Amino acid sequence: MASPLVNSSPPEQTAAKTTVIALAGQPNVGKSTIFNMLTGLNQHVGNWPGKTVAQKTGTCTHDGQKFTLVDLPGTYSLTANSEEERIARDYIIHGRPDIVVAVVDAAILERSLYLVAELLLLPSPVVLALNMMDVAEQEGIKIEPQVLEAALGIPVVPLCAARGTGIQELIATVESLSAGEISCQPQRPTILPGHQAILEKIRALIEDSVPVPYQPAWVALKLLEGDDEMCTLMQDALPEAIWKQVHDLLYQHEDAILDIAGARYQWIGRMIRAAVVRPKVGQLGMTARLDSVLTHPVWGTVALLAVLGAVFWLTYTLGTPLQEWLGDLVALLAESTRGALAGMPTWFANLCADGIIGGAGMVVTFLPILIIFFAVLAILEDTGYMARIAYLTDRVMHTMGLHGKSFIPLLLGFGCNVPSILGTRIIETQRARLLTVLLAPLVPCTARMAVIIVLTPLFFGDMAGLVAWGLVAAALAILALLGILLHRVILKGEQVAFIMELPLYHLPNLRSIGLYVWHNTLAFLQKAGTIILGVSAIIWLLSYFPTGVVTESYLTLFGHWLEPVGRWMGLPWQMMTALLTSFIAKENTIATLSILYGDLETALPAALTPSAALAFLVVQLLFIPCVATVATIKQEVGNRWTLVSLLLLLGLSLGAGVLVYQVGTLLGA
Amino acid sequence: MTLAMASPGEEVRLTAIHGGQRMRKRLADLGLNIGMTVCVLQHNGHGPLLLAVKDSRLALGRGMAHKIRVELAN
Repeated sequence: MASPLVNSSPPEQTAAKTTVIALAGQPNVGKSTIFNMLTGLNQHVGNWPGKTVAQKTGTCTHDGQKFTLVDLPGTYSLTANSEEERIARDYIIHGRPDIVVAVVDAAILERSLYLVAELLLLPSPVVLALNMMDVAEQEGIKIEPQVLEAALGIPVVPLCAARGTGIQELIATVESLSAGEISCQPQRPTILPGHQAILEKIRALIEDSVPVPYQPAWVALKLLEGDDEMCTLMQDALPEAIWKQVHDLLYQHEDAILDIAGARYQWIGRMIRAAVVRPKVGQLGMTARLDSVLTHPVWGTVALLAVLGAVFWLTYTLGTPLQEWLGDLVALLAESTRGALAGMPTWFANLCADGIIGGAGMVVTFLPILIIFFAVLAILEDTGYMARIAYLTDRVMHTMGLHGKSFIPLLLGFGCNVPSILGTRIIETQRARLLTVLLAPLVPCTARMAVIIVLTPLFFGDMAGLVAWGLVAAALAILALLGILLHRVILKGEQVAFIMELPLYHLPNLRSIGLYVWHNTLAFLQKAGTIILGVSAIIWLLSYFPTGVVTESYLTLFGHWLEPVGRWMGLPWQMMTALLTSFIAKENTIATLSILYGDLETALPAALTPSAALAFLVVQLLFIPCVATVATIKQEVGNRWTLVSLLLLLGLSLGAGVLVYQVGTLLGA
Repeated sequence: MTLAMASPGEEVRLTAIHGGQRMRKRLADLGLNIGMTVCVLQHNGHGPLLLAVKDSRLALGRGMAHKIRVELAN
């Protein structure tokens, strides 16, 4: 079977004499840190062909020899039950890396060797990178790498990637192994006696039909583990009668997984007994001590609130002034451009100054907040605290069919919906991620809040504060209700059980965080940035032509077309046009209204009844998000779900607007 | 009893897992296999449980904890 992943190795691989290293490991073992330490900025972040999973490749040189590194997705095992697991093992089987570096966390060696037990069954030679030796020490665990090496039969390199120690030794070991100077004779785990005969039987049945490059013993084992991909593969490859025999055997021995996993843990147990000295019973490690506070129902929540408070404080004291400063800079640039293009037609100079530089400016002004949020996200994830947030918030999120990991992305939305959508990348399951992306635009961002804060006093005077809080509370209530509804009705599907590792705490690695921020910001500029720029230029053209006056522009014309819809909500065409322009940026609502109405303070309250005013604020708060957010949604979940999201929000906002106006009018407001 | 009935501080051995092959595989990958011992670190009657499993810490949803049968380990 040809795998699409065969072509995924970077072009360097075809050049002479580069050794290809695949980095494999369970989540949270510091695989990315090792990758970053080795490759630095010589890395490329893309997607695995045809997949939404990020693929990181990079290069490094050691003693004049060039190495290509492929960072495989972090997985707990190698059964093709998730996209990540499939990618990782397909790459090793079809891409045939010269060496697989299996990264394990020394502090949780027993658990993280499980993946190694699986990696040793695949054809590539394996080097064990025993990472986080410092964390293990801090938890009171002592490991003897030479003993482990002898027991496993593969090279073992102790290292502490976050501090940069052991990295050179790792690459030197890889070099010696690929040059044949040291050998790799792994001790492989087998299966417990209970199912040995069955495994042998299946192997005998499939032996002659297993397609290249798979090995019959491995395929037989995977079949017994209930691996979907291997089942499909062998169903196609075997004559029907034989497949039936195999299938019957598998059906009768569905519990074989216990003996397979059991054998792996026994194998691991032998390694551990040989090489690891554990702390005395009752001696609490650093993580246990921290967790007794940080995951405590009361103190944990207090700590969480403090952390979140700090995040917002940082964003507002650091991000907002920078954002304003950049905004001023862009405005200055726009004016000087207008001046420089004075000889050109007015519309052209205006397009360049307002449409293009204005659009680019918006992209640029997003950057400070984005960078802060990416850095916060990376630090929370890198230290291990993110998992604690997920644990603490799981119960609340559970009612919406989400689990704790969706909490942070949604929370980021209060700053700006763009990092909120990007932040959903930390959610592992596709379904939970999609649900979070659909809900995220309902979190009122700072720009929407600004509109609410400016307009509410105009309509409601002294009651403004109460109305504004009510509106935000209503938006969040709608978010929760929509979440419950989507979870129960539309996105029903498989309810992914909540099981998550709480990694040991460790100090973050600055280089890793820097690279994370750099790559994510760059990706945003490249993908979402171009869309924002394009749409902003188009909307500007629509608001300028044909005459150059907004009130006579195509955009206003569209606003007039929307008047019938507006009538259900008691909104005149000016308000509908303002809603349209809010698509470029939420702040535009105010600017458009000032152009269309002149003096807002007197004209606006006169133009709308209180019911209509409330309806407008509701629509404004729930309306489709700004183009930047929409572009980000498209980048993250594709066209189809972006359309679903837009229709959902459009229906929801207009529906709520009509409801508020009609009920309000009935009540005589 | 089920894992959801275990109290904090208790050490329990897994005796049965009620669930499909896929769920059992997922649990086994993370160190929750039949015959293995885990320690309940936190469990306050609602929300997820915090378990110590082979040096690592796992948060496990209540729904899943109800499907795992355990006995006291000592």
